[in-house]
Amino acid sequence: MTTIKTVGVAGSGTMGAGIAIVAARAGFKTIVYDTNIEALARARKQTEGFFAKSVERKKLTGDEVERILGDLSATTDAGQFAQCDVVIEAVYEDLKVKHELFRRIDPVCRPHTIFGSNTSTLSITEIAAGSGRDDRFVGMHFCLPAQLMKLVEMSPGLNTSEETFQRAWEFCKAMGQVPVRTKDSPGFILNYFLIPFNNDAIRLVESGVAAPADIDRAIKTALGYAMGPLELLDLVGLDTHLLVAEALYAATHDSRAAAPALVKRMIAAGKLGRKAGEGFYKYEGSAMFGG
Amino acid sequence: MEYQVICAGESRSFSRDHPLVAGGKDSGQVVVIIGADAGAAFRRLRDTDRMAAVLLIELGTECLGVHTGEARGEEGSNVLGFARFRLGDAAPSDLVELVRQPRTAEAALSAARLVFESAGLKVSTCGDFAGRIIDRLVRPYYNAALRRLDEGLASAQDLDTTLKLGLGYPEGPIELLERTGLAHHYDVAQALFEASSDPAYAPARRARVAKQRRES
Repeated sequence: MTTIKTVGVAGSGTMGAGIAIVAARAGFKTIVYDTNIEALARARKQTEGFFAKSVERKKLTGDEVERILGDLSATTDAGQFAQCDVVIEAVYEDLKVKHELFRRIDPVCRPHTIFGSNTSTLSITEIAAGSGRDDRFVGMHFCLPAQLMKLVEMSPGLNTSEETFQRAWEFCKAMGQVPVRTKDSPGFILNYFLIPFNNDAIRLVESGVAAPADIDRAIKTALGYAMGPLELLDLVGLDTHLLVAEALYAATHDSRAAAPALVKRMIAAGKLGRKAGEGFYKYEGSAMFGG
Repeated sequence: MEYQVICAGESRSFSRDHPLVAGGKDSGQVVVIIGADAGAAFRRLRDTDRMAAVLLIELGTECLGVHTGEARGEEGSNVLGFARFRLGDAAPSDLVELVRQPRTAEAALSAARLVFESAGLKVSTCGDFAGRIIDRLVRPYYNAALRRLDEGLASAQDLDTTLKLGLGYPEGPIELLERTGLAHHYDVAQALFEASSDPAYAPARRARVAKQRRES
């Protein structure tokens, strides 16, 4: 049972918008904050499109969507977070940017308000250290696309109180998500395993062991994965993969986390993946997630 | 396409009634040699027998070059290797890793693919490298999962749940290794570690313990 009623989401990019959908859909009053008004408008449009698909697919009724969208507001005023019981940040993956955000909102928020971070690679303890409330700070890493994926990796920082962690855990479950507990460790669970695995797959291509289609077919057939690693990389985007791999390598110095040279060459050649029409495969058209 | 099957010892992945084996004829332009001694059987073939259009040798963990020889990166002929992927004690998968060399004849490759696909198998072609595709990818991942479990990153259940829900994997790494055998993982990872000297393949402590328990 959660005591949380109002949720703040800082950042209206893909992750922020997805987290806001999850919170509002679960019945929480949700406030999305961004300094960029155009980004907020874009997120609102995408959110409305997502819910329209949900109605089309009969997952939600029109009345339910009307209620959800009524509970979901957007603002460029961080002062609005004064109403929130929890604020989850999904801003740029940069420690300084996150510290600046929390420095701005900490004086505004009430003492009981929990701060959460959706970081996928930075240390929760380090972000919390610049938040003004490191005992009430929790890692809450949602998976992409957040509005469809149930998993949330939850990590306490070194100074997070157990009471805060439990409140955040109950809140996560109340949103209909599935939380897992992980140490505050680079990449947590998902990226710690996924990034080196995908890098290894790229190295197979780079060193001529096998072609992308052969690797993906092998993985899907032998292990029952829904998608091969190179198909997944094309979906994620090689530029995004490089950013996460570089962050993970910087934190771990694990050679398997370092992006192979082929990644940078493909990015330079414009072969970013599905969004560019070509990555390890060629594509025609693009599709959006969900509904 | 008609093909002949030569059984050379017990095959780890093909029973006698598997369509690939059962579908073999007395002769054929494609010769499939299966069993633990397939490589030795190939080397015993007379030169006239090697005139078949395609010769397919079932491999263990060894490279095809062990049987065919290698020649300055220009090796390759009508002889290919293959292995049906199997994880430890689990049933063999439908995947055949078809091993080629740099100058392998394209016609031989196409014919081999046809033979396996007609027996209901799926084929991925790869170069002649230790671990081929799957073992090269999964053994470091399984080792990392076992090491991180030891280090307390998360519980076994949370590790498995994360990889299933986060990536859509049908099974998490810990439950998969428990089902298919940690000692078997040790065997494969150790062979790859010896072949590559890459520490990512060095068997994790839990696999080493399972291996020691099996042998004690």
